Amino acid sequence: MNHPIRYSFGADEHLFAEVSESMSLEAFFKGMAVTRAVEQLALDGVLDVCLANASFQIRFDPDRIAPDTLLQAVKNAEAGAIAEHRLHTRIIEIPVLYNDPWTHETLMRFRDRHQDPSVTDLQYAARINGLADVDAFIAAHSGAPWFVSMVGFVAGLPFMFQMVERERQLQVPKYLRPRTDTPKLTLGHGGCFGCIYSVRGAGGYQMFGVTPAPIYDPEQKLAYLKDHMVFFRPGDIVQFKPIDRETYDQALAEVAAGRFDLRIRPIEFSLDEFMDDPVGYPRSLQEVLA
Amino acid sequence: MIKVLKPGLATSVQDLGREGYYHLGIPPSGALDQYALAAANHLVGNPAGAAALECTLLGPELGFAQDALVAVCGAHMTAHVDGVPMHADTAFAVRSGQVLRFDFPTAGARAYLAVAGGIDVPLVLGSRSTYALGALGGFAGRRLLAGDQLPVGIASGNSHAGASLPMALRQSLGGEIILRMVPGLYYHRLSDTAAQSFFAEPWTVGSEADRIGYRFKGASALSFEPREQPFGAGSDPSNIVDSCYPIGSIQVPAGLEPIVLHRDAVSGGGYAMIGTVISADLDLIGQMQPNQKARFVEVTLEEALQARRSYKKRLSCLSRLFPCGVEDIARA
Repeated sequence: MNHPIRYSFGADEHLFAEVSESMSLEAFFKGMAVTRAVEQLALDGVLDVCLANASFQIRFDPDRIAPDTLLQAVKNAEAGAIAEHRLHTRIIEIPVLYNDPWTHETLMRFRDRHQDPSVTDLQYAARINGLADVDAFIAAHSGAPWFVSMVGFVAGLPFMFQMVERERQLQVPKYLRPRTDTPKLTLGHGGCFGCIYSVRGAGGYQMFGVTPAPIYDPEQKLAYLKDHMVFFRPGDIVQFKPIDRETYDQALAEVAAGRFDLRIRPIEFSLDEFMDDPVGYPRSLQEVLA
Repeated sequence: MIKVLKPGLATSVQDLGREGYYHLGIPPSGALDQYALAAANHLVGNPAGAAALECTLLGPELGFAQDALVAVCGAHMTAHVDGVPMHADTAFAVRSGQVLRFDFPTAGARAYLAVAGGIDVPLVLGSRSTYALGALGGFAGRRLLAGDQLPVGIASGNSHAGASLPMALRQSLGGEIILRMVPGLYYHRLSDTAAQSFFAEPWTVGSEADRIGYRFKGASALSFEPREQPFGAGSDPSNIVDSCYPIGSIQVPAGLEPIVLHRDAVSGGGYAMIGTVISADLDLIGQMQPNQKARFVEVTLEEALQARRSYKKRLSCLSRLFPCGVEDIARA
């Protein structure tokens, strides 16, 4: 993780920066440190600082800041940024109806685009990850918290990276050809990343379930969306909680009534403590929600 | 007020777009042809960035419930008012009760219909542009539908029917388009053969061409150098660990058909990008029709900046010709 960041201009309006070719929490933390340092410079002409999993991008107006000036400022920020290994953030419990009827209907509709049309996405994911069955997969998926390492693709969609050792990371390929439809608030998975589809639309990730909790709403109807129409930020920690159909329907009714709320707690995450004890440390985070 | 009688294929309210929310997955949106939007606005006495209607391929049919000064720029698709054809790139008056409709485009893909006073939808995150994927901005966060009633703002009174773009400031559309791009991002992952054929062969706009991006087909597949894929990147050689996508970036899923992202871009994903179309040429993409041909030409960042200066100069010629205020007239 000590090699320098690779910079490349996306023509005249973007500076692209690859922290690492491969995904790791260290790469994410380094990207976060540099982008925060760049944000603090409040450079005139910087339009948007976009953090991704193991990279970042700066959208800028070259009429206000010369590309070379920006590059030099970012390189200086990189040199001065101490990859902070502690992060003040929040842990959020997201209820999930795994194996739900809506993603099931959708995945059956697009079976011809899947690696194994004879089984469901969950059955396929369980098998190729060497887990006994769907229940074992759900237990692994909801067994350890996830780090939001990027927000994007479409408005407010979180990419998430599970807090487990690399050998235990759940990995699945994307669909052979992307679907043209994905139900809103579907839990997806592609490569080593989980996601929640914030809106209905195209998608290529495997589909495992749905959450009743809106995470993007331009009308900002729920309490936790009052600050911003986009709920997630990189650095958020997510714990999935399996729920049954009855609880799901009840939550939906609360959403409709504008009463639904999420369990959210402030938390301090330590990368070093996680690296030292990748099994025990995430459990201590889960306890904050108990 | 303007009533939408027929919505057309994909008509939406757009201004110059919103900046500052791409890190949350909300793209800039705004007119795909920013020059045409500015031109139409200037002709009716609006600021360059007033909200107008972006009318794609098959235009809408609009019933005017008020008198209005209107101009259409961009794609060559003649507007008719109660059946009478109007000149393009020229302001014209529409009276309350009249109906405006469009012919099919003879060149270009997007016409911009500006109304004096602008389309007066609410500002959302600093812009009136529609971002349909996120159901955000514009009119009800979506493309127009029959029955929609579009509010119109108060006209400046700074223009008049007959105001017209000089020939030098009109756009030439159609034919084979040259798209200048700066190689970079994951360009180094392309094989040498692919790096050559990408520029040497003409590409054709496919049927999947919309505000999110334009897919090109008809040239040789582009192979990537084989490698052991990094952790988290996915198994295909065209996969990367999901990253941000620049507006204008060119990705090549599975090495098959390049996609150039535009102003409603998905903000990130897991396909290697091989470079980025320069900002001065993004308008050209928005005016390309399916089956139109394009070639990609490699330029340096310095050349991209030079092209941007020329483009901005044309824009400033527009605003000098059509000043928005009395003081501007005195200076012009």
